[in-house]
Parts: sequence; structure tokens; C-alpha cells
Amino acid sequence: MTTEEKNILIEEDVVSVASQWQLMWWRFKKHKAALIATTIVILFYLIAIFAPFLASSNPNESNVPVAYLPPQTIKFFDGGIRPVVHEVIGSRDPETYKKVYTTDPNNKLPVKFFVDGYEWKLFGFIKTTKHLYAVEDKEGNIISPYLLGSDKQGRDLLARILIGTRLSLSIGLIGVTFSLILGIVLGGASGYYGGWIDTIVQRIIEITRSIPTIPLWIALGASVPRDWSVVKIYFAITIIISLFVWTDLGRVVRGRFLALREEDFVTAAKLAGASDRRIILRHMVPYFASHLIASTSLAIPFMIISETALSFLGLGLRPPAVSWGVLLQAAQNVQTVALYWWLTLPAVPVTIAVLAFNFMGDGLRDAADPYG
Amino acid sequence: MTQIDDQNNILEVNNLTKFFPIKSGFFKRVVGHVRAVDDVSFTLKQGETLGLVGESGCGKTTASRCVLRAIDPTSGQINFTTSNGNNVDMAALSNREIRPIRKEIQMIFQDPFSSLNARMTLLDIVGEPLLVNGMKNREERLERVSELLTLVGLRPEYMQRYPHAFSGGERQRIGIARALALNPRVVVADEPVSALDVSVQAQVINLLMDLQEQLKLTYLFVAHDLSVVKQISDRVAVMYVGKMVEIADTNKLFEKPLHPYTEALLNAVPVPDPRQRKTEKKHLSGEVANPANPPQGCYFNPRCPYVQDICKTTKPTLEEVKPGRFVSCHRAKELDLSGIIK
Repeated sequence: MTTEEKNILIEEDVVSVASQWQLMWWRFKKHKAALIATTIVILFYLIAIFAPFLASSNPNESNVPVAYLPPQTIKFFDGGIRPVVHEVIGSRDPETYKKVYTTDPNNKLPVKFFVDGYEWKLFGFIKTTKHLYAVEDKEGNIISPYLLGSDKQGRDLLARILIGTRLSLSIGLIGVTFSLILGIVLGGASGYYGGWIDTIVQRIIEITRSIPTIPLWIALGASVPRDWSVVKIYFAITIIISLFVWTDLGRVVRGRFLALREEDFVTAAKLAGASDRRIILRHMVPYFASHLIASTSLAIPFMIISETALSFLGLGLRPPAVSWGVLLQAAQNVQTVALYWWLTLPAVPVTIAVLAFNFMGDGLRDAADPYG
Repeated sequence: MTQIDDQNNILEVNNLTKFFPIKSGFFKRVVGHVRAVDDVSFTLKQGETLGLVGESGCGKTTASRCVLRAIDPTSGQINFTTSNGNNVDMAALSNREIRPIRKEIQMIFQDPFSSLNARMTLLDIVGEPLLVNGMKNREERLERVSELLTLVGLRPEYMQRYPHAFSGGERQRIGIARALALNPRVVVADEPVSALDVSVQAQVINLLMDLQEQLKLTYLFVAHDLSVVKQISDRVAVMYVGKMVEIADTNKLFEKPLHPYTEALLNAVPVPDPRQRKTEKKHLSGEVANPANPPQGCYFNPRCPYVQDICKTTKPTLEEVKPGRFVSCHRAKELDLSGIIK
């Protein structure tokens, strides 16, 4: 037997004993766009975890003297070996009273790495003061370069976008979890028991889906009391969004149950004397788990967009909460967009995250049925 | 508890019916019934193979699944002699009560692709009946599964493989191994070879016949391919639109059918002899009757070439015209029908 023949034999054996998840992974790997998208999604969640480390200025600390500062750039080759940032001098235009900023190329502030700045907590409990980079000014103060400019109150936009990742992306995850629970319980009951339960659940889904979403969100958003804490509002908004998203997942689960109930291997298990519990958990759930994961990953971007839209309209999260939608509220009028274009930048991570989730979901959906 | 008359009979099906409701409208009102199985009676003798034939939609699969209680019959009796000699009416048992009997009457499925869970290895598939019936020890199961796989002609080393690594014929063998796992006495085979290639069909049929001899099995063999039925069956039961029209020994039925529908079925079998292609064939005209709205009288009367007035008004009953020959036709005694074995 030549080595080539041996290789073929080994490969064949590997496929023969490959489980569903292995087959799925092999197929998913072939979908390059989905792989890249998955990397991006993972990066986003890493950013959410390490957001304060990646920006050295406190996202909630205002610094009015540098309000509406345009994005600064780090100069990598400016004389020395160290990257530097040119110092900014702010002054008032005597005619328009508009604040204008000029950079001073002679006043170079070196960029330092792994510096100590404001205190934050990793995973919510490990206290640290480390930040990836910062610049030191003449007086030896550690300040952050405004790489994406600052807002009306002089807060660092980059730091705010990074910290906003946490709320914007976690609302997707938590919302989808709520939807999944609703979808599996109601969709599962609908598909497994059928009859009048099925009729009622399906009518609820149809009615929910026929309601125009924006007016309803406005109504529900308006009904959230103004004096609620950020956390309470956050959960209220999540639940409101998931009340819509579960209908899709509910239908997927119901359809799978209906299809699987009639499959021969389910009958075979029943004839072998297996209990309902075993049939559902051992035979049916593994069959649609992969489809469910794919549908779920396609529901997350919808959640992110919904949160952004609601917050942008002022119906979702409200300051002092920081999410991408809240940040975009600052870019609501033409004047700001024209004068301070960088305030529209929070739309960029929204777009990238939604696209990445969609591509990942597409890849998962294609890989979900490796036997098809 | 009902008594089985003949000691040789392992299963007696009496007046079995299965109606599927037709629902319509917003409130799902029942507007009619599909008479999938309509007053069917037959018996299974210990160790024999009864072929159940008929065209698509005649209710043969539904009838066989009712016998297994995979679906619950609307009415009728399914008297089964269990291994310890008790007679039970399986149709009257609750889902819980039927569990201990399930292992004595198992099923082989038509489609070897949908009958095996693609997410499980052979060990788990064939071992599942053992596991849910109390064989918790993995080593024991491993041993029994490898024994079963050898029995059906598969290598036990394949145990860790998933069904996607096997061909249709091999998958069907896996399905047979699963059906035999609990040492059943009756095996209901629902068109076990019709999804397979012709060459593989023969192998699987031979396997089934060998297993029957080895394990003293009784088969209820559902099929539409008459040549397969002729090879494996001792007796043949013919169904038409949910009704049993004729039951007879295989050879006698093929020699001389007593029901016009059986004659038509037999004559529709293609003859692999080019010299006979010119011979006249009797083809049926018309469509199969709608089981939701069957015709008056004999269900076969609109298509029957021998139809008389009585056929249009009175339903014939299944009667034993000669010992072991049951037929449901008003004119059974006067007609001289032609078979295909000379």
C-alpha cells in the first residue's frame, strides 16, 4: 500500500466516524466569509470585555475645554523612534466665536504604552489601572489622544464607542436568550402537541408580526418610566425587542418539531419503547440544535439594529448609559453632522457588527445540515 | 381478553379500521374522514410470511403501523399471543401498557435514510432498544450490538461509524439489526426493499429469509412489488382502498386469483420476455377510488370489467370460499380469472 492510498483510507475512516459537529465545522471552514466574520465577532466581544484597557480616557469624564475636538492622529515617523501626538491649542474665532483647534508640530507629546490611568475592573471584579496607550503632557499628566475626536462635553469618542460595545452587543445576546426561551417553549409546545395549543400560538405569532413595529416600540418605549435606573431600562428594552424576535425562532422550532415527529427514526425510537422525554432530548433536539444556532445568530444583528434605532430615537437606552445608539443621538441634526462629522462614527461599528453577524449566521445556516 | 382461535396464529387482526379526520376552516371542524383502513381482518401464523400488497395509498402501510400501534387504530382488535402464552388485544392497551409488548413486535422501515438517526453512531442506533429496555451496561450492549451486526452481515468494527458512512443496502441492514435487537417474534417490514437497487434488493431479501429461518421469525411483509412478494411470502393479502379484497397462499393466488382486482394487479407485472410483449394485457381503466368518498357498493365496481348491478349497491364481505382462501367479491365463485403462473 502506498502512502497515498493509506492517506485516503485514513481520511475515509475519519469521515465515517465524524460526528455531526465535526461535519458542520468542516463545512463551515470552507465558507471563508463566515470564518472572517466569526473572527470579527469574536474581536468585538473581546473589545467589549477589554474596552477600558483600549482607551485611556474615562468615557464618562467631561473635559469642556476640548469640546468638539476633531480626531487627532498619531505620527509614527516624526523625528524620533517613538510615535508622537502633536499638542493641540484651542482658541476662539473672534468673528464666529467658534472654537478652533490648531496643532503645534513643534510640541511633540510621546505616546506611551501600558500606562497607568483611571481605575477600572476587569470582568467586573479585578481592579486595575492599566491602559494600552496614552500620552504624557508637559506637566506629566497622563492624557489620552482623541483619536476619534471628542463630543460636546469633551469626552473621548473612541473610549465611548469602545465602552458602548458592551451594551450594544450584550443586548443582542441577552435579548436572543429571552427570545430563545420563549421560542423553544411556545414553538416546541405548538409543534409537539399540535391541536388548539398550536392554533393559539400561531395566531399570537401572526398578530405580533402584523403590528407595525416602530409605532409599537414608541408606545412601549414611552411607557418605560423616566426615573428607572439604567439597568432597569436596559432589561425593559431587551424584553421589548425580544417580544418580537421570538416569533421567528418559535416558528423554526415548531417547524422542526412537526417535521421530526413524522420521521421514521422517531417512530423507531417509539417502537423500541423510548420515553417521550428521551425521544425529544436524544433524537429531536440534536436534530434541530444546529438550525436553532444558525437562526439565533441571524437574530442577534436584528437585535443590535433595533437597540441602535430605538436609542437613536430616544426611546431606548438613555444617557448616562453608553451604547452605539445613544452616541448616535448626538448626530441627530444636520448642523452637527456638517460641523462635527466624527460624531457619526458610531455608525461604523454598528454596520460592521451587523454584517459580521449576518455572514457568520449565513455560514452557520449552510453548515447546519451537514447531511443535506 | 379475547381468545385466539387457532393455536398456530400469533396475530389475529379483526375488523381493524383507521379513519383520518379531514379538518377544515378556522375552527378545524371535522368535515369528513379518509378511510385509510376500512374493516380489515387477517391472521398471521407462527413462522410464516404474509405479504400485504396493493397500490400506493391503499392503506397497507397504515394497516401495518396500526398493528405495531405506531398509530392508534380507530377501532378493531389486534389479538397478539405474547411469548409467555398470553393473548392480548393490542388495540385496547394504553401507551404505557403496550411498552412491554413492543419488544416482541418490531419494524423494518422503507427508507433507510430517514429511519436511522444521522446524529448517532451504529452502536447507539442498534443499542438504543437495548438501552431503553434496561440493558444499562455498556459492555453488554457493545457485545450484543456486535453480535447483531455480524448477524446481518456487517463488520462489528463499524460500530463507531455514523450512518452517513454507509450505502442504502448497508443502512437497511442496520435497520434490520435494530429491529432484531430485542429478539422480536413478529417483524413488520414496511416495503423494506423498495428504496434499494435491484441487485441489493435480492441480498436484503435473502438476508430476511435466512434470518427468518435462523430466528423463527414471523413476517408481515408490506410491498407493492409482486415479484418480491412472490419470492418471500407464504401467503399474500391484497388490499384495495382500505379494504382487504383477497387472501390466499402465494402460489394459488398467482396461479388463479379470485378477485378481479388481484387479476389486474398480477397482469400489470412486467414480463421480462420480449416474445410475450405482443400478448394482450388487461389494463384497468379509471382512477383509484377516493378513500374519503368511496363509491357505493363494492369499492372496485367503477373499474371492474366484470361489474354487475349487485356490485353497485351491496358491499361484498370477505368470505372463505375455499379452505385458506378469502375473497371479497360477489362473483368470486362464477368468474374464471387468469393468473400469471401457468
